[in-house]
Amino acid sequence: MVSTKSIASQNFAALSRKLRAFSSVVVTLLLTFIGLTAITFTIGRVMPADPVLAVIGDRAPQAAYERVFKEMGLDKPIYEQYFRYLGELSRGDLGTSIMTSQPVSEDIKRFFPATLELSTIATLIGVLLGIPMGVLAAVNQGHLLDHFVRIFGLIGYSVPVFWLGMVGLLVFYGKLDWVAGPGRIDVYYDGIVKTVTGFILIDSALAKEWDIFHNAVSHLLLPSVILGSFALAYIARMTRSFMLDQMKEEYILTARVKGASEVSVIWRHAFRNVLVQLITIVGLTYASLLEGSVLTETVFSWPGIGQYITTSLFNADMNAVLGGTVVVGTCFVAVNMISDLLYKIVDPRARS
Amino acid sequence: MNKILKQTLECVIALTATLSLSFAVNAETPKNTFIMAKDISDIITLDPAEVFEFTGGEMIANIYDRLMMYEPEDLTTLVGGVAESWETSSDGKSITFSIRPEMTFHSGNTVTAEDVVFSLRRVVKLNKTPSFIITQFGWNADNVDELVVLDGDKAKITITEEFSPALVLNALSAGIASIVDKDEVMAHEVDGDMGYGWLKSNSAGSGAFSLQTWKANELVSLKANSSYRHGSPGVERVIVQHVAEPSAQRLLVEKGDIDLARNLTPDQVDGLSGNNDLKVQSDPKGALMYMAANAADPILGNPKVALALRYLVDYEGMTNSFLKGQYNIHQAAWPSGLWGAYNETPFSLDIGKAKTLLTEAGYPNGFEIRIDTLNASPFPEVAQSIQATLAQAGITASITTAEGKTLWPMYRARKHQLILARWSPDYTDPHSNLDAFARNPDNRPEAKLTGVLAWRNAWQKDEMNAMVDAARNEIDLDTREKLYHEIQSSLQMDSPYVIMFQQTEASVLRKDVNDYVSGSLFDLIFYRNINK
Repeated sequence: MVSTKSIASQNFAALSRKLRAFSSVVVTLLLTFIGLTAITFTIGRVMPADPVLAVIGDRAPQAAYERVFKEMGLDKPIYEQYFRYLGELSRGDLGTSIMTSQPVSEDIKRFFPATLELSTIATLIGVLLGIPMGVLAAVNQGHLLDHFVRIFGLIGYSVPVFWLGMVGLLVFYGKLDWVAGPGRIDVYYDGIVKTVTGFILIDSALAKEWDIFHNAVSHLLLPSVILGSFALAYIARMTRSFMLDQMKEEYILTARVKGASEVSVIWRHAFRNVLVQLITIVGLTYASLLEGSVLTETVFSWPGIGQYITTSLFNADMNAVLGGTVVVGTCFVAVNMISDLLYKIVDPRARS
Repeated sequence: MNKILKQTLECVIALTATLSLSFAVNAETPKNTFIMAKDISDIITLDPAEVFEFTGGEMIANIYDRLMMYEPEDLTTLVGGVAESWETSSDGKSITFSIRPEMTFHSGNTVTAEDVVFSLRRVVKLNKTPSFIITQFGWNADNVDELVVLDGDKAKITITEEFSPALVLNALSAGIASIVDKDEVMAHEVDGDMGYGWLKSNSAGSGAFSLQTWKANELVSLKANSSYRHGSPGVERVIVQHVAEPSAQRLLVEKGDIDLARNLTPDQVDGLSGNNDLKVQSDPKGALMYMAANAADPILGNPKVALALRYLVDYEGMTNSFLKGQYNIHQAAWPSGLWGAYNETPFSLDIGKAKTLLTEAGYPNGFEIRIDTLNASPFPEVAQSIQATLAQAGITASITTAEGKTLWPMYRARKHQLILARWSPDYTDPHSNLDAFARNPDNRPEAKLTGVLAWRNAWQKDEMNAMVDAARNEIDLDTREKLYHEIQSSLQMDSPYVIMFQQTEASVLRKDVNDYVSGSLFDLIFYRNINK
């Protein structure tokens, strides 16, 4: 018989553990963001590119230069500029972009869904094809399928996405006419569909503009497959490697001795243990596609966050670079947290 | 396993092909829409009081009518835009403009002299970068209300500096002289900003097109103004699609998904010349490529060294190879094809002559030097060619390339030795370039005349300053043109500049597209006559 006092004490201990875990997450998040913004801010301020010239052009007289220099707060010490930026950030104000003349938050609302749409589909391609390919390669180690997956993995991971994109466009758009060309939709459709979510597939479907939906899919197909092939190659390679490790374990032998079917051995026993590691791999792949698809975005004229940050960086538009970095950082942290959560669901040991 | 693999592969290929074919789209632009691919990442504003970028300048040229204009039908004759006629006072200090009757803005409001006065005052009061084009007349925020005034139903301007009326009229054909709809702009004023925040991404003009959308790094969409004073434009809509990658532009124009590709490389243009669905249009531009020597440098400050450099450039070799179709030889400070141009080309690669000059200057064995330039093609290639020819005279040159935002601060701070750069006129009067290349009223470092090329290169000659002032003030056009020729001739022989090339822009259009007009200045590109 457990006393009420001891139950209360156990509840309190559990609550206290949860609070400690929560505050630890909050502190980690805060430290991550402060580190991220501090480093990006400092790099932005010490690099030789001049943000004032981005506003006034290189021919402006010195008086105009000095006026804008002050207006941008660049005459203040760097720590003061940084704390001012943090203050504005805490109020949700990411500043105004020099390049677009719009609040950075508005730009992100426009550019980020384009990247999210592309990266999500690319990751899905990577997961849905890469995992079965990796598993099949592992269980057929040394056979033709294994060699195929390994070579595919090597090519997919080592061929530059930029080159793959250009060749893809040339063959599938230029020659075969299977897909649409660069851009998110044909530009003459611009402005017809009202922006609700920022995802063109969803917005066009909501508006029942099926021609535009069809056109958007056609535009999305090639960049997502190209980007997806990169994810696929990595995921397949890692799945194969994890599976090979698991297939050597004694519990696999035990399962086989107990008479479990081969399908059961592979998918129920080996793969369940691989899943934990794969969550990290898929999470990292997804996060890296969210910020690292800049080359694909450039080749396909895809108005995404990677292209936004890169163009802004070249033009010394530091508010935009910082805003974009904060968003990408948030994605990384969010993906990591989701991965942690999934661990606990998939792996009972992690729950304790 | 091989069978399974084969079947799987067959399935994947069949599925991909089926899916793809079901989503294939017809490659053809709508008949009433003109679509152009261009790198538009340079647009940072569409307010005519602030626009100083190439693509932004091109957009406002089609959205706004200016006080004075060059029309696409004749790019060599300055005519009235919003102004129907004008009258210059006997002392040349005042000009009174009569406004075209029954002209309307996109909003439906009538264009009046009040809009003209407001637009010019607004430029001066906002004091953005291009405002110097009219503040050089002696206008500032304190006096502009007295110097730009309403005179009945006319607009009257008065200048306080000595300027030729021809120059003033030419300057009033620049983008900053775009006439904005006062009522519309002021309806969007916030905290006394004269509509600045709003006009950055909206339009209030009377031009052939109104701005429908500007999505930075994505597209600009313009809608035809059916009540335009020259009649409705040839197409209902113009879309400028941001395509930064030239190869993607090539594919788009080949497939017919766009009507015009603007940023193709010379190789790509060559590759498309045999395509019967396309045509290539070459237009001379005002941009000059030049190399400047910092006169504060102990070696480069020697005029004989500067002169020797002119003989150490393989002008013909470059224009016949990697610059073919992109740049032509031009060695004067004002571009060919514009009034006042000086087309003499006295220099060619002559190693012997250069060596003689270097020996006379005291450098028979050459010296070491650094060339800074942009990291975008063709600047690194040109720098490499110059590096090779300099080496033939014993000069060892190192090359540093950088983004403009990194390069220009160094140039403005006089920290270069040799710099390879480009310069385009701001308006169609030779004063626009020669004021920058030749006139340096104060060479002291603390003067910080950073917008002036002569100052950036620490070069000053009193007689040259006097010549530029005289040409600027001269009323007689023939005398003025002669003065500008003399200035350019003098700059060729004695200055820190090795002016080498003038740009030519090759655009690739679909064959059915006609009457795309691309003038020599970045803001003399017109869409209103385009038809297909």
